[in-house]
Amino acid sequence: MTSVSVSGTAVSSRAASGRGGRRLRRVSRKAALNLAGLLVALFALFPVLWMISTAFKPANELYSLTPHPIPLHPTLANFRNVFSGSVIGMSYWNFLKNSLFVTLVAVALSSLIGLLAAIALGRFKFRFRTTYLIVLLIVQLLPQQALVVSLFIDFRKFSLLDSLVGLIVVYAAFALPVTIWMLRNFAATVPKDLEEAAAIDGAGAWTRFWRILLPLISPGLVSTSVFAFIFAYNEFVFALTFLGTDTAKFTLPLYVQYFFGQNSTDWGAIMASSTLFTIPVLAFFLVTQRRLASGLVAGAVKG
Amino acid sequence: MVTSSQSRPGTPSPAGSTPQGQEPDGSRNPAGRSVSPTSHRSVQQRAASWIRKRGAGPYLLLLPATAVIGALIIWPAVQVGLFSFQNYGLMQISGVQPTQWIGFSNYSQILHDPEFWKSLKTSVYFALVVVPLTLIVGTLVGLLLVRLGPKMRTFVSVSALLAWATPAVSASVIFVWLVDPDGGVVDWALAKLPSWLGGGAHWAQFSWTNATLPAYTVLTVMLVWTGFPFIAVTVLAGLRTLPTELLEAARVDGAGPWRVFWKVTFPILRPVFLVLALLSTIWDFGMFTQAYIVTGDLGNRDEYNLGLYEYSQAFTQPPHYGLASAAAFVLTIILLIVTVGYVRAAVKQGSLA
Repeated sequence: MTSVSVSGTAVSSRAASGRGGRRLRRVSRKAALNLAGLLVALFALFPVLWMISTAFKPANELYSLTPHPIPLHPTLANFRNVFSGSVIGMSYWNFLKNSLFVTLVAVALSSLIGLLAAIALGRFKFRFRTTYLIVLLIVQLLPQQALVVSLFIDFRKFSLLDSLVGLIVVYAAFALPVTIWMLRNFAATVPKDLEEAAAIDGAGAWTRFWRILLPLISPGLVSTSVFAFIFAYNEFVFALTFLGTDTAKFTLPLYVQYFFGQNSTDWGAIMASSTLFTIPVLAFFLVTQRRLASGLVAGAVKG
Repeated sequence: MVTSSQSRPGTPSPAGSTPQGQEPDGSRNPAGRSVSPTSHRSVQQRAASWIRKRGAGPYLLLLPATAVIGALIIWPAVQVGLFSFQNYGLMQISGVQPTQWIGFSNYSQILHDPEFWKSLKTSVYFALVVVPLTLIVGTLVGLLLVRLGPKMRTFVSVSALLAWATPAVSASVIFVWLVDPDGGVVDWALAKLPSWLGGGAHWAQFSWTNATLPAYTVLTVMLVWTGFPFIAVTVLAGLRTLPTELLEAARVDGAGPWRVFWKVTFPILRPVFLVLALLSTIWDFGMFTQAYIVTGDLGNRDEYNLGLYEYSQAFTQPPHYGLASAAAFVLTIILLIVTVGYVRAAVKQGSLA
């Protein structure tokens, strides 16, 4: 009797210690994973955080023997420098205005044209449909620095150099393949029955478009617009080539690069200009990222 | 569908085909039709029915996109091919002399240029290092993300995607600052590092951007930094489609994480990895903006990759558009070969359905 009970408690206590050990191992495994996650986040965020911190540093802290992650005496002097336009003679606002104008018009154009094409590819069966999609896929990956030579010569003929209009046209065109490719999936998922039911109820094609197709595609339109926005706002090669001499027309990426070239040692001001260029697009991305996650995976985007 | 015909009148010519257009239409839209008697149909309606009868709707909808893409992407690509056989230079662009067809002499000129071969080699080596590195880092982070709790997973993936969304110009300027010989944090940290980790005082004021190898080391870290989030998020999405029973079964059979990955996860996700590898190759081989800024605005000819070499032929004085086009054509062909692989992989994956 006694021996049995003793062995019974022995078994249960061993089981308990085993469970505790497993829990301990699980907790420490979880801690290790979370630590690794934090390190990855730090690696990803470090350059951007360092940029922001540098932008607030006074000149004497930039070249101190021990760089501090957080400015000891934060200053707005660098930003004042950027806003006052001491380099090109024009303030940051001018370039933000150029960038927003070019980007927003290009996004609107490519969304409109892309929507029509996406409806064709997503809701109709026709010859060459697959061919068209394959061509889009290829065209999207052509190297821009190769095409820019040819576009430069054409644009020179049509006096579209040193012109924001020329840039808008190019951005709208280069955002199109991805826009169509992604929107097509959204257009295809709107059920045909819904449209047919509306047709039976007497809705004309125009009404069906406005009342059924457009509202159901609009979430897709939002995500393609975000991608087109990020592409056009960040674009460098075409801006560099087409806006070569006219500094007043510079978009923000070109302005930051120019600022960097002119002020090569004033890192506080360079980082301030870069912060003012980067933060809007990152903030925009943070606000819209929930919608983007699926699109990002669905269509491989970014050039 | 009719919308497009109304927004661009005149594109189809309804006059020539009215005979067929007057018959009652197919049953797709009976209600709209019965309202107006056939004899009083407007031009718009006749055009609409013509379009529907011929199945022209999708083609009309595609017209604007095709025109824009054709004129601004496909035509320039073709034109690059044409220019590469012409003596297009300063005299020709200013209209002093007409262009002449000169056969393959642009090609033979760049193929005999040691700088061309050096830049090609730089691009190839760079892609050979960065693509696997990005894939490895991205996959490891993807495998980490799937094991994290939901909150932590969101935090890490959003942080990582911020690196992905950072503009190339900003990233380049930031990295040049990070490795600055005078105030840069990288040289400072390397000088503090114990010598058995490769650190030491010789790193103080080390200049990263004045020679090819250090400059492309910086570019490697930068492109891994920009590229890994996309890989990680895509791998994460792939991992979440894996049947958990399969992974459980492998684990119960005593397979360690290494074996589980190579025997179960990788074979199932192989198409995803293929697509990611091909896309990364296209992006990294074709890198331009980052190389342009880090190597100093075309100032260091030694540090050119193929893209910079090609661009400098056209946009440093005096311009050689013909030579640049030949180099651009070589660059495009190399990338097209990778792209064909990508398209085949994408078609196999069923993304054209």
